Amino acid sequence: MADKNYFSATGNAMVADAIRQCEPDVMAAYPITPQTTIVEAYAKFVADGRVHTEYVPVESEHSALSACIGASAAGARVATATSSQGLAYMYEELHIASGMRLPIVMANANRAISAPINIHGDHSDIMGMRDSGWVMLFAENAQEAYDNTVLAFKVAEDPNVLLPVCTALDGFVTTHAMDVCCKEEDEVVKKFVGDYHPEFPLLDTDNPTGQGMFGTLGNYYMKTKLIERRANEAALEAFEKHGAEWAEITGRPVKAVDTFEAEDADYIVVVLGSCAGNVRHKVKELRAQGKKVGLVRPRIFRPFPAEQVLEACKGAKAVAVLDRSDSIGAAHGPLALEVRSVFQEAGLAIPVNDYIVGLGGADVTLEHVQQVFDQLEQRVAGTYDGSLSYLGIEE
Amino acid sequence: MSQLTEIRWHARAGQGAVTAAKLVADTALLQGNYIQACPEYGPERTGAPLKAYTRVSDEPIQVRNNILNPDIVIVMDDTLLSSIDVIEGIKEDGLVIMNTTMTGEEARRAIKAPEGVRVYVLDATGIALDTIGKDMPNTPLVGALAKVTGMFPAELVKKRFELTNGKKFSREMIERNFASVDRAYEEVHE
Amino acid sequence: MAEFGYENFEHWKLSDYPTGFVCPDGGTSVNCYTGGWRSQRPVWDKEKCSNCMICWAYCPDASIEVKDGEMTGIDLHHCKGCGVCVTECKFGALSMITEAEAQAQEKEGE
Repeated sequence: MADKNYFSATGNAMVADAIRQCEPDVMAAYPITPQTTIVEAYAKFVADGRVHTEYVPVESEHSALSACIGASAAGARVATATSSQGLAYMYEELHIASGMRLPIVMANANRAISAPINIHGDHSDIMGMRDSGWVMLFAENAQEAYDNTVLAFKVAEDPNVLLPVCTALDGFVTTHAMDVCCKEEDEVVKKFVGDYHPEFPLLDTDNPTGQGMFGTLGNYYMKTKLIERRANEAALEAFEKHGAEWAEITGRPVKAVDTFEAEDADYIVVVLGSCAGNVRHKVKELRAQGKKVGLVRPRIFRPFPAEQVLEACKGAKAVAVLDRSDSIGAAHGPLALEVRSVFQEAGLAIPVNDYIVGLGGADVTLEHVQQVFDQLEQRVAGTYDGSLSYLGIEE
Repeated sequence: MSQLTEIRWHARAGQGAVTAAKLVADTALLQGNYIQACPEYGPERTGAPLKAYTRVSDEPIQVRNNILNPDIVIVMDDTLLSSIDVIEGIKEDGLVIMNTTMTGEEARRAIKAPEGVRVYVLDATGIALDTIGKDMPNTPLVGALAKVTGMFPAELVKKRFELTNGKKFSREMIERNFASVDRAYEEVHE
Repeated sequence: MAEFGYENFEHWKLSDYPTGFVCPDGGTSVNCYTGGWRSQRPVWDKEKCSNCMICWAYCPDASIEVKDGEMTGIDLHHCKGCGVCVTECKFGALSMITEAEAQAQEKEGE
């Protein structure tokens, strides 16, 4: 911890500060646990006159994203934040934001979805938006939540992308835990993010446009979706490009897929978000015992960084995927489906062990991670079948 | 500290356990340690038993789940003992600091401390009432932690306290808190 | 982006589409002749008309033509023949006839 100015902060405080530094013209949001402290902090920035943002305290998340869509179409830089039921309530607007190609930035405090009611962290809420066209970033810790939020504006507003970006952090474990963090100066962030120049601002009355157009006849709808898919795919390159620039400024590496000891690993765990911390800790322990184990963590989930995941995992004897949400009715969790598809496309027969972990804030302990690595060895030895299991849950 | 130290706080909501967990973390950060602090996540209800966690290490801290095997347990309210096993999962050579008017020996018996576990006691509530004038045993307990573990000097706790609260509290209130740290440092015993 | 032209709209390549399927022009509905959707049309009797503007207010297609506060006719390029103007007219100045009848009358007139 040498030359940087480190301090302690929660993930939500870091996200709010990153949004402040990028200074959107409009923020419309509705508070919901565990996102609330982002909204509180930002409302205070507005009240204290630290930002010029027009803060719209709406009466629901449906209205929050609707207001954001209107403001973004008008040509404003726009941000919001939500979680769980709030994100679910935004569902129809999610597709409108992406379909209209509006570069809205939204923080999501990943949380379980009712029922039963549960306010704790998992990915059940955010995986519901994975087919909506949004770019999705997952932070491992508070520092990365800050970096991802700054990058979210840059990626969203990239002319090759122009799509909404969700910058996600795990409820409580990342949103509320106090962690060692550092941030860049306001001017540095402002210069990095730059000004947003919308192509078709609705408020430009000299150049009137029609937005949210009728696409029912012919195959226009299908064509625009293909264009949207390509824009989403372009977000991977944009994330890596702007991530490299950001890393140059901050000294903190930005990779689409973060790896730890994966290069020569026989056994690899693939996981999103904060659970990677415990896996990293366990990998260190097992490496000290001479075990060839590693971690692979996509930092961007949409678009899915298939090539990077393949490159990181291709030498493994067996891979375990920890999904922090289930896709009930499907054979595998959302992340496992992606990883398996990558191996299948590449013609690799790497066995994959599927786990559903940490639902509703259930603790993913070091013992659990040990069990996962043990069962990877057993899979190769033929004594474990690898089929989907709920980690830590007995029949 | 060459390795990860994990502290678990037991208190009732409203006693300042989360503030204390953060004060410990921020003090350690001031001397260059890596830290993590968090409440046991969930809805907050004043008076309800709660846990809070602090991690301190020389190296970046990756582990993020609840602390199941603490090195140190701090009990802010001994009325919790009737309903909660405060030393659950504690390390064999763990350490307990308890706010109580019991003697060290009585406290050991009350929590059924295994042989290797050291138990320290102090009347942090009494100290807080004498010095701060409020039943806020959290600041004195951080002073006791400094004494018992040598994690950081008591002076650093005071420095951190002032950095955090200097704008919020009057000079007099700062001094009173300093006094609570000093007295706890002197009075904590096995 | 291609020059925005309605004639070749159906032949646009993907690269011709404005971002977000935005229509990069205003008031373009003028160029969409919805008059072809009619099976009946309104007929206006100028003698009975009091220029109350009720039909103008009700018309969903802005097809009641008005100049200097007085009705001048019906825009048959855009009138869809819904008949709301006829229903709302309190002076019997508007009536509906079938398109077949109207076209027969037009032929007679030639």
